[in-house]
Amino acid sequence: MAHKKGLAKLGAALVWLLIWQLAAMAMEQSFLLASPVETVQALVRVAQSPDFWGRIGFSASRILFGYIAALAAGSLLAAFSAVCRWAGWLLAPMVQLMKAVPVASFIILALLWVRSENLSLLIAFLMVLPLVYTAVLEGIRQVDSSMLEMARVFRIPATRMLGAIWLPQIWPYFLQSASVSMGLAWKSGVAAEVIGLPAQSLGESLYQAKLYLETGELFAYTAVIVLASCLCEKGFLWLLHRLGHRWEVNR
Amino acid sequence: MKAVLHQICKSYGPTQVLDNLSLTLEGVTVLMAPSGQGKTTLARLLLGLEQPDSGRMEITGHLVAQFQEDRLCEHLTAVENICLVLGKSGKNRAEQALKQLGLEEQALKKPVCQLSGGQRRRVSLVRAMLADAEGVILDEPFKGLDADSRAMALEWVKQQIQGRWILLITHDKTEAEALGGTLLEW
Repeated sequence: MAHKKGLAKLGAALVWLLIWQLAAMAMEQSFLLASPVETVQALVRVAQSPDFWGRIGFSASRILFGYIAALAAGSLLAAFSAVCRWAGWLLAPMVQLMKAVPVASFIILALLWVRSENLSLLIAFLMVLPLVYTAVLEGIRQVDSSMLEMARVFRIPATRMLGAIWLPQIWPYFLQSASVSMGLAWKSGVAAEVIGLPAQSLGESLYQAKLYLETGELFAYTAVIVLASCLCEKGFLWLLHRLGHRWEVNR
Repeated sequence: MKAVLHQICKSYGPTQVLDNLSLTLEGVTVLMAPSGQGKTTLARLLLGLEQPDSGRMEITGHLVAQFQEDRLCEHLTAVENICLVLGKSGKNRAEQALKQLGLEEQALKKPVCQLSGGQRRRVSLVRAMLADAEGVILDEPFKGLDADSRAMALEWVKQQIQGRWILLITHDKTEAEALGGTLLEW
């Protein structure tokens, strides 16, 4: 069954690659649409350039820092909002605003406040924060009230309740938001770099590729970003699953 | 420890569940009544989880309960669930009690979500009986246990009473007779 599924996935990917190749051949102009072969060639070329890994490191470190800071801040703010109702009321319009404002507006505004090197960190943070906050707050609200009653009756200390009741029940909400928001952090972070153009970033490479109509390089860097985003998501989720494996035992 | 209830009334919307209930509970009391007569409501009032609409309650000491639903932390083992209440120092007592109630060594190491209904019931029974409290409410504690386990559990509960105040809520007259004490039929 798994073998068949794998074959189906591979088949679908091949079909799309073929369509891409045919479309590129039909257009005849590689600057309009680079073919898969040209993209792979460009990828090999950029991967050999001396600053390739440096660019990945530059962008990844900032985006991941913003992402992790948002996971921590979003979770803490959600816990605070659950404890102090007024804090929840106070934060609600701000969180709604952060969800609704287009990322480009944030980027342009943030450029006035921070240096372009740290722009992607701030933007990733601002994009991920409301997602995590909302998910964790929902998780807290969904904690089984009968278990809280049990804890109250047995006078279980708060520290024991945290590990036994609160965290296991909030964990799936946190995990889901962490998974969804990794891709968002990369998308928004790279978008910030394309606008802010910090030197030695992936966003700058994308911009330069577009400027010189190097569509093959544009596609190659896009593939690198997608791959980096996927690897970060898989790696980080693996780490989170290891951390919370006990709480996932009955799910 | 005892609980004294004076003219307690409790209703949920238009449904009057307890109507001018007055009673004194001390020692071992067995409460038998058909479903929907307010047994669980009485337990919740005694535990302070709900307030009566009117009337007065005087309860001395700390009261714990074995709830009708087991209310166990699914990812924790049987012993860990009990230690949540007793603290780490209660590990040996918990293990010993669970073994006395027929849980095998292997079952003690599993998360409770992997235990059978009867095993879970025994874990919640041990948690309530070993808790440091002056009174225990047992709401259908032997539900889901086979005859042998039930007899074993009943015998164990009798040993654990140790002068505490017990309210046993049950539908089963044999359980009521086996535990002894004051029988209260609604």
